[in-house]
Parts: sequence; C-alpha cells; structure tokens
Amino acid sequence: MSINTSAKISQPFQANTEPMLEETSNKATTKSSDNKSDITIGENIIENPKFSTRNVDVFYDDKQAIFNASLDIGRNEVIALIGPSGCGKSTFLRTLNRMNDTIPSCRISGEITLDGENIYDKKMDPVLLRARVGMVFQKANPFPKSIYDNVAYGPRLHGLARTNSELDEIVITSLEKAGLFNEVKDRLTAPGTGLSGGQQQRLCIARTISVSPEVILMDEPASALDPIATAIIEELIDELRVNFTIAIVTHSMQQAARVSQRTAYFHMGKIIEVGNTSQIFTNPRHQLTENYITGKFG
Amino acid sequence: MNSSALFLLITGLSLIAYFTGRRQAFSHALQGKLKALPKHYGILTAMWSGIPALLLMLMWIMLQPSYLHQQILHSLPDSIANQSSDTLELYINNINLAIADGSDIDDPIIQKAINGYRQAENNSRYLLTGLVFLLSLSGIIFGLTKKLINIHARISIERAVKGFLVLCSGVAIVTTVGIVLSVLFEALRFFESISFFDFMFGTNWSPQTAIRDDQAGSSGSFGAIPLFVGTMLISAIAMMIAVPVGLLSAIYLSEYATARFRTIAKPTLELLAGIPTVVYGFFAALSVAPFIREAGESIGLSVASESALAAGIVMGVMIIPFVSSLSDDVISAVPQSMRDGSLGLGATKSETIKQVIIPAALPGIVGGVLLAASRAIGETMIVVMAAGLAAKLTANPLDAVTTVTVQIVTLLTGDQEFDSPKTLAAFALGLMLFATTLILNVIALHIVRKYREQYE
Repeated sequence: MSINTSAKISQPFQANTEPMLEETSNKATTKSSDNKSDITIGENIIENPKFSTRNVDVFYDDKQAIFNASLDIGRNEVIALIGPSGCGKSTFLRTLNRMNDTIPSCRISGEITLDGENIYDKKMDPVLLRARVGMVFQKANPFPKSIYDNVAYGPRLHGLARTNSELDEIVITSLEKAGLFNEVKDRLTAPGTGLSGGQQQRLCIARTISVSPEVILMDEPASALDPIATAIIEELIDELRVNFTIAIVTHSMQQAARVSQRTAYFHMGKIIEVGNTSQIFTNPRHQLTENYITGKFG
Repeated sequence: MNSSALFLLITGLSLIAYFTGRRQAFSHALQGKLKALPKHYGILTAMWSGIPALLLMLMWIMLQPSYLHQQILHSLPDSIANQSSDTLELYINNINLAIADGSDIDDPIIQKAINGYRQAENNSRYLLTGLVFLLSLSGIIFGLTKKLINIHARISIERAVKGFLVLCSGVAIVTTVGIVLSVLFEALRFFESISFFDFMFGTNWSPQTAIRDDQAGSSGSFGAIPLFVGTMLISAIAMMIAVPVGLLSAIYLSEYATARFRTIAKPTLELLAGIPTVVYGFFAALSVAPFIREAGESIGLSVASESALAAGIVMGVMIIPFVSSLSDDVISAVPQSMRDGSLGLGATKSETIKQVIIPAALPGIVGGVLLAASRAIGETMIVVMAAGLAAKLTANPLDAVTTVTVQIVTLLTGDQEFDSPKTLAAFALGLMLFATTLILNVIALHIVRKYREQYE
C-alpha cells in the first residue's frame, strides 16, 4: 500500500558518505509536499495482523500526542518503533495494553483491535488484556522480592499453577527462556534487586513471559544497559519471536536493524513510514525517515 | 555604651571590614593572584573584625554581674560582710533594689556600696567599649595587611560556618544528655530507698508517704506494673484505632484519590495533629467517656465514668495523622515503575497494592506506626483528664486505669519534699518511660533507614 511515493522513488538512495549540504536543500524542496500529508507511507496495513490500530489519536489533556495512527503488527514478528524523543512512540506502545489508563489526563480515540477484538471496548477488561499483552519497561523494575517470587508473581495472580511443582516449572521455564536460569539457579531466593542491570532486565522479561502473553511490548528495554548486556537481550528478543509477537521501541537504529523485521518511523506524533526493516534502513521513501536514519537530526 | 549600641558598633565595623577586605582583594585581583572571590575576602575580614568582638561582649555580659557582686562585697565593712550568708544575702538584695530604684539612700554604708557599684559599672562599660572597638579595628587592620591575599578565604569561611553548625547541633545534644543524666541520677537516688525490683515488678502502686515523722500514713509502695499495664492498655486501644484508619486512609489518598481531593484531604487529616492535646482531653472526659458509660449501661455493662476505652479512642484519633501521613509518604515514594510492572502483568489495582506496594512500603509504614506508638505512650493530657487516677491492675478497657505519665503529673503537682521517695519516684518513672520510647524510636529509625536503601 504505498501512496504518493512517485516523486521519491525515482530518486536513488543517497549514502551518507556523500557530501550532504547541497543535497539537503535540494531534496527538501522536492519532497516538502510529501511532509504535509498525514498519510503514512509504506506497508502499515498487512494481512491477518495480530494487532491492528486504525486512526488512533491520543491526547494528554489538550495536547495531542498521537495523530491518526494506523499500524498493523503481524504475528510472530518483531516490529521496531523508532523516531526522535517525544515523537509519541512510547505513548503508542502504551495504548496497546491500555497502560495509559493509569494516566488520568490521557484520552484515546480510534480503533485498536487484538485478534479482531476492540481492546477499548467496554466489555474488554484491561486487567485480562494486560495478561495477554505483556510489557517490559525501559528501566528494569523487579519487585523487592526474591528472584523466584518475581517470576512467580504473575502465575500466582492468574492461578496458572495448581501445585507448587507446577509453579516451579513455570518459573524455571520462564527463566530459561529469558536466558537467566543458569546465572541464578543457585540463588532463586536472593532478592531480584540484587542482580546486575542486564540480569534485572532479563528477570523482568522472564516475569513477563511467565504469564504466557501473546504479545510483548518493550519500551527501550536495553537503553540503560552496557553493550554486552544489550547483545544478550537482542539475541533473546530474536529467540522470543518464535512464540510471541513483539513490538519494541528503541532509540538505537542499529538495534532496530538487528532485531526487527519491520520498522515504523514516528515523527511528531505521526507514523511517517512503515516498511521492512532492511528497506527502511537502506532505501527510505520519506525525507524525514532518511534524515533521521542518516543522523541529520534526532 | 549599652549592649545594643555596642552591637550596632560591631555590625558597622564589620560592614566596613567587608568593604575594605573586598576592595583590597579587587586591587590584587588585577594581578591575578587571588585564591578566592573578592567577596570571600570581604566576608573573611568582616569575620575577623566581628566575631572576636562579639565573643568578648558575650563573655563580658555573662561575667559582669558576678564581678559587680564582688565589688559590692568588697565595699561593705567587715562587721556586715562577716554575717551569716542568709542575712548577708538580704542585705545585698536591699542594695540591689536601691540600685535598681536609682534613688539615694540615707544609710551611708549602702550609699557607699551603691556608689562603688555605679563606679565599677561605669568603668566596666568604658573598658568594654574600648576593647570591643580596638578588637574590631584590629580585625580590619589585620585584613589590610598583605597576608590576607595568601589565605584561602573561601576555605576559612567554610571552616567557620562548619564550626558554627557543629556548635548548634552540640547545643541540642548537650541538652539531651543533660536531661537524661539528671533524670538518671534522681532515679538512682530513688532506687537507694526503694529497691529496683520492687519498683519494676511490684504490682501495688500507692505512693503515699508520711510528710511528718509523727503523721499517720503508709510508707508507700512503688510497684510500677499497674502503671505500665495501664499505659500499654490505653496505647493498645489507641493503636487499634489509629493503625487501620490511618493506614487505609493513606492507601486511599495515595492510590485512589484524585489529585484535587488529595490536596484538600491530606492537610485536613494532618490538622488533627494540630489540635491541642488538652482539647482532646476534655473532649474525651466530657463527651466520649459519658457516652461510653451510657452505652455500656444500656446493655447492662458497668462502665467506670473514666475509662481506658474513652481515653484510648480519643488518643487513637489524635495519632491517626502520624500513621496516615507517614504511610502516605512512603507509599507515594514507591516508584511508579513498581506499579507499572505489576499492572503490566495483568494485576488489578488492589492486587498491586496488596502484593507489591504495601510490602515495598512496609518498613516505612512500620516506622510510622512505631513513632505513633511512642507518641501514644508518652501522651499525658488526654489520660490525665479521661483515664482516671486509680492504679488498678486490670486488662478491662471499661475500667478506670492510670498511666505512667498521669502518675508523674500527680506526683509532682502540689507541695512536695524534694528528697522523699514519692517525688523521686517521678524520675524513676520518667526514666522508664524515656527508655521505652527511646527503644521504640531507635527501632523505628532503624527500619526507616533500611527502607531507604531498598531502591538505590
């Protein structure tokens, strides 16, 4: 579904080693008409999506944070949401499991469906929704409980285990899937807050997958971690794709390129361009996307 | 010059010192040799000029009366000076009165003493003025010498400020230690006449001692158990009211209430802490206690007109803000990420509160509860008015009981001998009470501190 991209497609992608000054002024004039359009460029609508959002507007009091966002998230794919700070990508992510409900000033309009069900429907219980759509936060936030209790928290809430041995199994599998079990198997009763930053984040991922969600939302999960811990998390995300649908907000374009199959570029509350990750990073169709990924701003 | 004029003089000279010091520093600043900002040199010079002069003045004011007293004594003829100390005291009081009056007296001896006093006072005043002026001035001159520039002015100022702060905290600490020691020594005197074990484990409290040798009367028994039981009973009732009400209102305020309601409700709740305890006291004695008695009688219970229940309920209301305000603070201090993490797993709000927020805030809540408990144990006015004086060893909340604080009040009101066990018993009780609340406070502080480390 690519719309009005004819002006750009004729123009070849410019590698950022080329001199840019005259290029910029040149392109800015030729593409400026595109910038005014509210319509997202690229493959934002797909077939048989897991999540589907249509014409979503989000307001904080009178300030509009998301403008007319329509984006589909496919099954068992990792979609990266990128864009400069304050562009609304985290807000968009939080509308997907209704975490924005906790902010009193937040209003949402438009339609968001999960497997065809409208999640903002009155019959939809946000508590059950959040069990289906888990979330990993920017800063690791283990509860001040033991490692075991951190992971067992969700299954206990939802009654997923009838016996202690079943619970043990859930905890161990979740920790294994999060790639943490071998590091902590001897100290499951130690406090989760005593782990290193990267381990804490993987503990939070284990906690999230312990309730077997269908979708995992990740809000800059590696932004507070060192490169080694980041690499472990990225590998983990790739493995998790087999069982889960993942939407990840990230500031690191390398990370988006490494872990995601599709990428959506956000700018000033609008989804500017959506496409296959390789296409977005090698041949962006919109001037703003190109400016961002070549590092001209943001 | 009198002291306020002297003070003005010192201030004025310090101001001059500030400007000279700063100007001198400015002139050196042109050569780029300064080790601190010019204003630091100004402040340092002002300190050199002002602080020694102020200290001298303070010492002078403190020592002057005893010096003048000596002057009067010296001026008196031996016949009078060698009298017994009581008569001499009276005589000197007369002289002091005459001095304060300012009038002339016929008695030549007194007149001579007065003249001598005035002479000495004048001399001392001139001397002080001269010394203060010299001292202030020498500070300025010292600042004007070239030495100033070689000093790290900022470091010196900070050292002086630090010294002043140490002094202030020292005052608080020394006062506390002084009170504790005085209570301790008086309590030890009490334990000379009454054995420690009789006091700690005796179950009979009737502190009546004979005032005169020939007076009929008991020798008194000082078993503190009924008092501590009464204190614990009333405190327990108070905590049973304050902890649930305070904690639940804190949860409502921090988790459920809208920001607007919270800004109104929280100060209103804290207003409870601002009501004078004596008002709570007569509210308990005149409204709550009769109500409880009537309610009890209507269902066939015999209730004393001053009951532990009435005092405990009102005291509980009084300490609600201690529990709710502190709990509200610690609950609000639990990071939002904890709530997000729990909600993101599909927990409901109440599950999140019960299983994540309260456990995370528990140490802080316990700290607040213990502080409230120590407040309840030490509370006096409500129990004096509403709980009665009968030292009964009972666990029945409908009975009249008495507390440690009430007994201290009754022991020390009215005419007392200072060395009778009856009076000294107050110090022993005070010491026990102090030890109890101190232990509670230490535990509370320890728990609160542990809590602080949790999220760092």
